[in-house]
Amino acid sequence: MSPADTILVALLLPLVGAVGIVLAGRWPNLRETVTLVTATSLAIVVWSLIPLIMDGGRPGVVVAELFGGLTLAFSVEPLGMLFAALASALWIVNSVYSIGYMRGNNEKNQTRFYVCFAVALSAVMGVAFADNLLTLFLCYELLTLSTYPLVAHKGDEATIRSARIYLGILLATSIGLLLPAIIWTYTVAGTLTFTPGGILAGNLEGPAVGLLLGLYVFGIGKAALMPVHRWLPAAMVAPTPVSALLHAVAVVKAGVFTVTKVIIYVFGVENLFAEPSGGWLLYAAAFTIIAASVVALRQQNLKRMLAYSTIGQLSYVVLAAAVLTPLSEIGAAVHIVAHAFGKITLFFAAGAIYTASKKTELHQLRGIGARMPWTMAAFTIAALSMIGVPPTGGFVSKWFILAGSFQSDNYVAIFTIILSTVLNAAYFLPVIFAAWFSREPEGGKDHGEAPWPAVLALCITAAATLGFFFFNQPVLDLESQLVGRIK
Amino acid sequence: MSLAAQLPALQVVVPLLTAPLLVLLRGPSLAWAAATAASLTSFAIAIALTAAVLGQGALHYEMGGWQAPFGITLDIDALGALMLLLITGASSVALVSGRESLARDIDPGRLHLFYAAWLIAVAGLSGIAVTGDAFNVFVFMEISSLATYVLIAAGPDRRALTATFKYLIMGTIGATFYLIGVGLVYMMTGTLNFADMEVRVADVTDQLPILVAAGFITVGLALKAAVFPLHLWLPNAYTHAPHIVTAFLAACSTKVAIYVLLRFDFFVFQGNLEDHAFQFSMFLAPLALLGILVGSAVAMVEGNLKRLLAFSSVAQIGYILLGASFASEAGLTAAVAHMFNHALAKGGLFLAVAAIAMRVSGVRLTDIGGVGRRMPWTTAGLVIAGASLVGIPGTAGFVSKWLLLQAAFQQGTLGIMAAVVVILSSLAAVVYVWRIVEQAYFGEPAAEGITVGEAPWPLLAGVWMVALANIYFGVSPELPVALAESAAGELLRHLP
Repeated sequence: MSPADTILVALLLPLVGAVGIVLAGRWPNLRETVTLVTATSLAIVVWSLIPLIMDGGRPGVVVAELFGGLTLAFSVEPLGMLFAALASALWIVNSVYSIGYMRGNNEKNQTRFYVCFAVALSAVMGVAFADNLLTLFLCYELLTLSTYPLVAHKGDEATIRSARIYLGILLATSIGLLLPAIIWTYTVAGTLTFTPGGILAGNLEGPAVGLLLGLYVFGIGKAALMPVHRWLPAAMVAPTPVSALLHAVAVVKAGVFTVTKVIIYVFGVENLFAEPSGGWLLYAAAFTIIAASVVALRQQNLKRMLAYSTIGQLSYVVLAAAVLTPLSEIGAAVHIVAHAFGKITLFFAAGAIYTASKKTELHQLRGIGARMPWTMAAFTIAALSMIGVPPTGGFVSKWFILAGSFQSDNYVAIFTIILSTVLNAAYFLPVIFAAWFSREPEGGKDHGEAPWPAVLALCITAAATLGFFFFNQPVLDLESQLVGRIK
Repeated sequence: MSLAAQLPALQVVVPLLTAPLLVLLRGPSLAWAAATAASLTSFAIAIALTAAVLGQGALHYEMGGWQAPFGITLDIDALGALMLLLITGASSVALVSGRESLARDIDPGRLHLFYAAWLIAVAGLSGIAVTGDAFNVFVFMEISSLATYVLIAAGPDRRALTATFKYLIMGTIGATFYLIGVGLVYMMTGTLNFADMEVRVADVTDQLPILVAAGFITVGLALKAAVFPLHLWLPNAYTHAPHIVTAFLAACSTKVAIYVLLRFDFFVFQGNLEDHAFQFSMFLAPLALLGILVGSAVAMVEGNLKRLLAFSSVAQIGYILLGASFASEAGLTAAVAHMFNHALAKGGLFLAVAAIAMRVSGVRLTDIGGVGRRMPWTTAGLVIAGASLVGIPGTAGFVSKWLLLQAAFQQGTLGIMAAVVVILSSLAAVVYVWRIVEQAYFGEPAAEGITVGEAPWPLLAGVWMVALANIYFGVSPELPVALAESAAGELLRHLP
């Protein structure tokens, strides 16, 4: 199989899986087998590309010629490789978890759930491998639309209202801001293909650069930069596996991934660094990090707290990309991975707690560590990773972002990271403390751990969070290609 | 002479001569079969003509061998070919899939007459697209309009009659204005042939009657094309016509009027009248923008599904005119491509509405609550066509929206304002399409008049054929874009 075929297979495999899931819909065990087989094969296919990319290969394939020299094309470069590898691997774990969660809660319409999940993963692969902005935009919108049924899964009045906010914000920003930004880019640059060094260099300068950057950054609503973050807490009405894989990893990472990609391959890091009008992005990201952390402090609901934590952590990636130094760009890529492991674990834990005890609020969690030791241990590890304590993955990315900030003496970024570390500790540590050391209130429901697939899944991701601290060299090797040699 | 050489004439002759036969056939099934066969034949002819135009350029045909300017000529260029595809394609899909829906809406004793009127409408609309003679356009316009009045008046309740009357009055005024304009041009140049006029108007450009003629023709055709604020006849006509008729008319009828408008303004007046391009743009662009805004805004709050889509059409006609008013190659390409893509999207939506109307008691938004669960396939088709109307990438609608925005960006500051309006209206489209989708999937089913199950399979097949076409032309838009680019090139031949 040539690399070009591999890319196509990676895009089509989840769709084929979706058809299989529909056909097997009547037999739940068979249906879940199809999901697991699809997820595993996808991961194998995607991971098989890694050696080639590590060696500097950039395979590509053109699917269709559109109009005016525009194409529907896919290619693999380090950042997309990382994102695709991450999403496809976590899909396996998440599928195991989904089985435990969806059955444990007797959810309705499970076939639709798995089908939409598979379609969403196909769209994620498309976003990761897109060779130009048009292809990326197409897959981005497909991702929005295919996740809508997942968010609206419950189908009651409140859910539909939240799902409307979800769809409304994501579609409105992408059509209202991102599309004009892309067309503007096409008008001035004459191409939309992602090119190392950027395609706007020499074509656009002055305040227009800052304006275009704004159209991109806010148009990519999935990156949840304030004030277009409201959809993410709204999306928390979805079943927890959706929040875990899509709204901690795939969808939100598609957002920051796109922002990073636009900065590196459309604007060009050096070009943007030389242009003062793009400097506001750093402040916008810094504001989002601090504000989201403060809002997270005030949340009473566990999933909503995690959602605001995600908003803050996403802006870490944007901030890192906006620092515009080689090390910080690597930090952005690493943080995509590190945060993914940690946050998916946190959501898995939240879902496991809900499945076992129906508890959703923070104050209900007192003493729960004794009843669910595995879950809470994983939760603790992941929370420490969010704060950035060694030996967890979160420390690695924070290290690189800080190192990158020192490279350009960017004190705004440094101060923001320090302050937000304090704030992260302030909202995670009390929860951990209460879970382990407080006494459980009298008269609660007697329960143990969640179903074993769910516990297994969250243990795996927690182990990955720890493991990433020690084994991160391959990721660094891959991503250092992004910026050429580390200076 | 081979048959292939006669195709331009056959395009009109086939439906026109089949129509009287239908009156003799009487039986509703037989009439439907004959009408469908004639329509499919016309579609085949249109495809053959399009292939010829793409291959060898514009076609020229002399009726009865009489040379222009004495005889009547038929001239088919890329724009005309695109029109023919739309007219005959929409008619064929609507007839093939709409038999049971029409049988429900129309008295069986008159069904054969209805089909005859349908074919006459097809003949008239095709005639406008092929003829190279200005007076011929008027004749065909009257033929198609009279037939269209019949089709709309066949609607299931009596409000169809008032809607028809309104359309009839306004349509007649429009046609009369057009005739006055043509008369003035004839008075000054002594010719009715478009190609001949194009040359002869140059001698009399400083004469007032020509300017007056340009005004009359533009306004008259704008009335026919339902350009804001002359759109008042359209929502009622679309709402109260039989559902299948609405699907047919929404796909092609107003676009034919725009076609004539473009031909007259760009071929005859552009390049001859001083500053005509400027006047044309400055007159139409504000109307287009207002139409986009008003149509979208009304569609957002409208409660009747067909009326909602009709107001959306008013906005979409604005898109087409906006593209044309840029009078640039990119703008005209966008306008012509949007004629094609909007026909796909809106035709698909109205077909889906017709399918849903077979199973629920009405077409208000509250009537369609929960149809997504009972008619999953029909509703899925509706969602795809709706996505195309919004301009979601991967659908046909996205292609023309992209082209239009790109054309707007080339126009400088005013163009950016236009782009903002287009984007606002796209967001409005998200809202009004979403109201339909959300109601279909999550709404409470209306209590009475519920029949369980999908629409009859021909109708369902029609909906899906159009839905898939929306996706096909979204992913490989060569055909409409090639025709549109070629048409834009021809239209611009008088401009620098």
